Amino acid sequence: MDQVLLLAGILFSIGLVGVMVRRNILYILLSLEIILNSTGLAFIAAGAHWGQADGQIMFMMLLTLAAAEVSIGLGLILQIHRRYRTLDIDTLRQMRG
Amino acid sequence: MEAFTFYLTSAVTIVAMIMVISRTNPVHSMMYLVVSSISMAVIFYILGAPFAAALEILVYAGAILVLFVFAIMMLNLGHESVEQERSLLTPGIWTGPSMLSVILLGVLGFIITGESPQSPATSVSPKEVGVALYGPYLLAVELGSMLLMAGLIGAYHLGRPLLKKD
Repeated sequence: MDQVLLLAGILFSIGLVGVMVRRNILYILLSLEIILNSTGLAFIAAGAHWGQADGQIMFMMLLTLAAAEVSIGLGLILQIHRRYRTLDIDTLRQMRG
Repeated sequence: MEAFTFYLTSAVTIVAMIMVISRTNPVHSMMYLVVSSISMAVIFYILGAPFAAALEILVYAGAILVLFVFAIMMLNLGHESVEQERSLLTPGIWTGPSMLSVILLGVLGFIITGESPQSPATSVSPKEVGVALYGPYLLAVELGSMLLMAGLIGAYHLGRPLLKKD
């Protein structure tokens, strides 16, 4: 149990570093996927520790969230690429609103 | 014995995810993300959640990764894409993901052929998950379907072509 939570924490940190370090918006979305994966691992570990099905149900909700988030995020990325011809978020800073 | 497979799979997962966020070519990151999804599914199986393991492979490695690959292929339509295709076909790029996958295959064979097929005492069967999902969690299922519908409409709206006056 402790090792699994430690692994989930490590994976969450990797995803967080990816969000903060990378400047390509596609990689930021990938890092968010890693973060969601690590959260699901924590849910599964908790469900397995108590022998209940609730952890896996929360994981399925997380999968639904990830699917919706990825479809919206990729649509936004395609739209950004069409308008500005770049995926660098430093050049997208002028977006106000 | 169970701890050994868990530690090996965890090491594979960590290495694959570090490679995901440190590559500069998105397609290479995709390959490592597939490996990390599969190793995550192995961890779920070791933890006694076979249904979640199957869902992880089906949804992450099967659906979300395909969405990412489609988006990357739509983004790279420039003149440099030919050079990129050529660089992708050189051997040596896919050796890293292949080695990690071979390690995972070894873990899988070890789990299957073990004298005690790993069914931990805390294993939660898919039947229990289904009973709980359509019992006390029915409202959550409805909310999830509404979320997917909102995602569908949002993706359709965002994917429209640019208007002429923009």
